[in-house]
Amino acid sequence: MAVIHDIMPAFELFQPPTVEGAVALLDRYRAQGWVMAGGLDSFDWLKDRIKRPSVLIDLSQIKELRGVRPWNGGLEIGAMTTLTEVVRDPVVRERYSILSTGAEAAASPQIRNQGTIGGNVSQDARCWYYRSGWKCYRAGGNICYADTPTAINREHAILGADRCVAVNPSDTAPALIALDAQMVIRNSKGERVVNAEDYFIGPGIDIMHMTVLQPGDLLTAIRIPAAWAGAHFYFEKVRDRPVWDFPLVNIASAAVLSGNRIDRIRIAVNGVAAHPVRLKQVEDAVTGKLRDRATADMAGQLAIQGAKPLQHNGYKVPLMRNLVRRAIRGVEEATWAS
Amino acid sequence: MGIVEWARSPWGEDVPIHIAFYLIWVCAIAGLLFMIVHAIWARYFAPPDAYADSTPPEEAARIPEKIARHSLAARMFHWVMALAMFVLLFTAFLPRVGIKFPWVTYHWIAGIVLTVSIIYHIIHATFFMDFWSIWPDKADLAEISRRLRSASSLPRRDAKYPFANKMYHAVIVLTGIAVTATGVFMMWRVRTPIFPRNPYLFGDMTWGLMYVLHGLAGVGLIALVMVHVYFAVRPDKFEITKSMIVGTMNKEFYLKHHDPERWAPESPSSK
Repeated sequence: MAVIHDIMPAFELFQPPTVEGAVALLDRYRAQGWVMAGGLDSFDWLKDRIKRPSVLIDLSQIKELRGVRPWNGGLEIGAMTTLTEVVRDPVVRERYSILSTGAEAAASPQIRNQGTIGGNVSQDARCWYYRSGWKCYRAGGNICYADTPTAINREHAILGADRCVAVNPSDTAPALIALDAQMVIRNSKGERVVNAEDYFIGPGIDIMHMTVLQPGDLLTAIRIPAAWAGAHFYFEKVRDRPVWDFPLVNIASAAVLSGNRIDRIRIAVNGVAAHPVRLKQVEDAVTGKLRDRATADMAGQLAIQGAKPLQHNGYKVPLMRNLVRRAIRGVEEATWAS
Repeated sequence: MGIVEWARSPWGEDVPIHIAFYLIWVCAIAGLLFMIVHAIWARYFAPPDAYADSTPPEEAARIPEKIARHSLAARMFHWVMALAMFVLLFTAFLPRVGIKFPWVTYHWIAGIVLTVSIIYHIIHATFFMDFWSIWPDKADLAEISRRLRSASSLPRRDAKYPFANKMYHAVIVLTGIAVTATGVFMMWRVRTPIFPRNPYLFGDMTWGLMYVLHGLAGVGLIALVMVHVYFAVRPDKFEITKSMIVGTMNKEFYLKHHDPERWAPESPSSK
């Protein structure tokens, strides 16, 4: 069980001023090095003494990791750009409002002032069994405490569970997948670019990590192509309280319409699996169809196929179905049904 | 640095959770070292391939050109088990050394194939084969005793299986039973269509010991399989390997290495 302390544990602190410096440190310390962006995930782990890195690499001094800039007709957002900066950026608001809406839905104003978009997409699972320090699968053990007959698992996965049933808690992740964003990753061997939907991984592939980032890797930027700029966007987050809460389920969609017909669409949902789920089958099924109630109902039903709720999270199935219906049809037309 | 990793359970009990994964490398390196050392010994230091006894010519003349060694059923078991074993080893250990893929489903399916094939083999070997031919017998022990007392003497010819083969089989039986028995119970910890998931089937300590035993048997199988494949591809053992494919070995090899008194020759048609 976690022992909560008010003071930070001892570690060697590095504050490199450049990406090259940070990458060199990451290469030098590998698994012993802990990358800190805004610190909102890191401080919990460190003060609870659950993660005990010997080296902390604070990225806050690296100016090139901050800011929103034009890129190839789209945008490049530095990984250390705060969520508030993303929310307030006029180009993001005008052309990619789904992202500003998603970023604004995260946490609270204070947290968005400090939290970064790179941290938001790379944060660890919020399963309290895991965060409390129990040696579960995700922590290297051999059990999922949330997937037991008596577990408290109201917030956990209904899709893609493989031993671990934790969910990805990011609000910006589904928006970035809907926008077909790319994640720019640097390490000592160079740079690689990964599609946003491939950046997140489930427990079947790596039960101890939520992203493809490996020791030595640094997420430096997120690129958003022009292809979905100004599309018809939908973002909705359902949570227990209106502020400072993780999503129970959130959804993001970007659609290009011809009149009322869906020409192309991308939909991603989060809070239902260990990684944000792109609903490719739903996209294929609704492409070319009228954006009407029948299409929305069909999409909602298709989205929840294969869902396997746990003891206490059965509500997520109709919730996800209704959110998909609303993403297709719009809030005003889609009624809630259990 | 222990060979077992421990954790504190929610009830404050220190329980084992699994083996230390460096044992993967220990066993792989041990298997590799064995192959290198044996290959050097066989090439430069091994005594000539000669035996103390031989079959009289008139008796040898009555022996068929092809000696039946493994029935089709036995061969099929062997290759199904081998395939399952490789799938199990690769799915278990590749993710541990950095090659990531969704391995769990492949692993338990291969585990079921292995378990069923072992059950089949036990029944087949017990009721339809010469069950005791693969286990060390008095003659083996007497031969070992004789060679220990007179190391320079030539060895006597083997029964159907050489003593080293019998010992290897015994070790494989132990590790195979350990890994499959624990593996079957571990299926209650993951989602499969076969068993309803129930992590409370055993207590934390029992589960932990089961994971440790499964891990120890699993890493042991890395070395055992490496050694087995090594001998299978050695030119001097090729006739034995070939018999596991075609079912027979030739008369010349049989007469040189096997004692008809201990393993009566049968032609393939009689099997």
